[in-house]
Amino acid sequence: MHNGILYLAGQGLKDMMLPIIGSELIVNLIMTLICIVIIFLLVAVSALVFTYGERRICALIQVRIGPNRVGPQGLLQSTADMLKLLTKEDIIPVGIDRWMWVLSPILIFIPSAMIYALFPFDDGVIFADVNIGLFLLLAISSQSVLPFLMGGYASNSKYSMLGGMRTVAQMLAYEVPMVISLLGIVMITGSLKMSAIVEAQSNVWFIFLQPLAFLIYMTTALVESNRPPFNIVEGESEIIAGPFTEYTGMRWALFFLAEFANLLSIGILTSVLFLGGWQGPDFLPTQLWFWIKAFFMVIVYQWIGWTFPRLRIDTMLNFGWKVLLPLALINLLLTGIGIYVVNAL
Amino acid sequence: MAQTEKFVLNMGPQHPSTHGVLQVQVELDGENIAGAKPVMGYLHRGIEKLMESKTYAQCVPLTDKLDYVSAMNNNLGFCLAVEKLAGIEVPERAQFIRVICAELNRIASHHVFIGSLTNDLGSATGMIYAFRDREKILDLFNIICGARMSCHYPRIGGVAADAQEEFFKLTQEFIDYVPQMLDEYDKLFAGNEIFQARMKNTSIISRKDALRFGMSGPNLRASGVEYDIRKIDKYSSYDKFDFDIPVGTTGDNWDRYMVRINEIKESAKIIQQAMDNMPDGPFMAKVPKMFKPPKGEAYHRVENTRGELGFYIVSDGTTKPYRVHIRRPSFINLQALDHMCKGMLLADAVTAFATIDPLMGEVDC
Repeated sequence: MHNGILYLAGQGLKDMMLPIIGSELIVNLIMTLICIVIIFLLVAVSALVFTYGERRICALIQVRIGPNRVGPQGLLQSTADMLKLLTKEDIIPVGIDRWMWVLSPILIFIPSAMIYALFPFDDGVIFADVNIGLFLLLAISSQSVLPFLMGGYASNSKYSMLGGMRTVAQMLAYEVPMVISLLGIVMITGSLKMSAIVEAQSNVWFIFLQPLAFLIYMTTALVESNRPPFNIVEGESEIIAGPFTEYTGMRWALFFLAEFANLLSIGILTSVLFLGGWQGPDFLPTQLWFWIKAFFMVIVYQWIGWTFPRLRIDTMLNFGWKVLLPLALINLLLTGIGIYVVNAL
Repeated sequence: MAQTEKFVLNMGPQHPSTHGVLQVQVELDGENIAGAKPVMGYLHRGIEKLMESKTYAQCVPLTDKLDYVSAMNNNLGFCLAVEKLAGIEVPERAQFIRVICAELNRIASHHVFIGSLTNDLGSATGMIYAFRDREKILDLFNIICGARMSCHYPRIGGVAADAQEEFFKLTQEFIDYVPQMLDEYDKLFAGNEIFQARMKNTSIISRKDALRFGMSGPNLRASGVEYDIRKIDKYSSYDKFDFDIPVGTTGDNWDRYMVRINEIKESAKIIQQAMDNMPDGPFMAKVPKMFKPPKGEAYHRVENTRGELGFYIVSDGTTKPYRVHIRRPSFINLQALDHMCKGMLLADAVTAFATIDPLMGEVDC
């Protein structure tokens, strides 16, 4: 029996609608639509909140004040920015591959929003608790490389092209260690189901059982979401903005939105996979624990990003293939030995 | 059949990391650099020619705009050249105040170096820490001469106004803060693994090449040549101060960074000595209102923040110089860019450019 606040609220809504509408099928359909709307709202609102949050946190790290003029404490700054981006002229450069160029910012948003369907937000609250949850999640998130390459190729700009090529190189180097590092969790849990992974952490969080995997995952997650110090795809001092160089206004804002959706999703994913997800001591509701952990991880990622200089591409690829991959394999081996020993005892 | 070919990438004149309006035509083979050609002239204002139509006193503020982050050193260089031409003896107090200002400006200029370098390496945080500390020096300049960047404080024959007690007090406070400041930089940059990986053994200039390019200043010293005009020419009573010349060993980006960090320490040492031994007396020599140096020519060089800054002035006996030529260190140092970039990666071009530390105002003049 689940007892998360969100689960109970959803169940209550369902019970209320059932006598009015009558058919369980239609009620389920309505509930699905509501969930989709909530997830999209979550992504959009989190982008607004994070733009503000990131700027204030980064200002704190950089001994400055940050936006504090628009609205109380500058809270409306990101809204103002969004309005500005919406009203900007839509510049379409000459000599581009029109279809690919237009599709790229739309496509980039899809995988970023899609993986939210696989997050266990609360006890029993998960949009699609499929058997291959973790696998599907990694598969979807790795799709984001394609729109980057499309945007880079279609822009007809050398900076964009370099950025697009860099995306592919770094994705190859970091996807593999990421997947292998997460295999340890799957071995312990014995399931790829996201809800099962969270429940397996009811006694001890995986960060204590898999500390090495945690560090590898943190590094690769930063690469996956193009956060500094691994933001070579859009390294502003070298290749201006990589694949986004030629985009303006709302098209650029979609890239931006996807980036913040990715930041939140790696925060959530780290807390779900390693920090026990929504589980925590009883004095706070489970829903609150979920968000505390997710936001804590987001702040940690931002903190890392605003402290370190950017890596050079060759160092970065070497690090992925020659350091992280062997470490991930060692982690896999150690986990196997550990499980064998525990079972034998 | 797959084919690869080199392509030319135009970095600049509008690019986030060319610190102004420089265009670099980078020839790329994938991410590897086959050549880098700096194209300059976007900021040319014809300062040398402008000086021919201005009186000597009016020329001094023009030098502010050469290397606009170390204006004091430029003013000093020009004034010293004119004083040499006219045979003016500058009072000792003025010489000491000039030294304090020049060294403060050297520190401020190195702050800009650290700031822009770390920003180019992708850590915007570093820039803001360096600029926060530079602000303290600019405030000191504000107190002593009313301007923050275009100082125009050293004048022909001395300095514009006597330094006040408040200036010395706040300068002392800044000097006491320097060790703590450098400690913070060491923790944030030099101690960082990524920073070291980007800086060490990249864009090496050997001792021989550095001399061949005619480089000067911290860039030359990083390659292991102990060459400092302050020690050689001993102008403006630099012989009265005890300081070392920091030199590097390999001439890579890391050495160029460390030489500058150590120079900040040495500058602080010089300022401390100048303040402790500050003589009394006038701050200005007797220079006639209608200043006409005798017919002749003079060359004087100073150790600017970026290297050897020389002024060659020809006088025809009137109130205006007949011809002025400026040896700009940034312009000459920049010629090494191609040599530094060859065989490196695109990201290194940005680092190489930042560690040469050219200032476009001085390159284009």
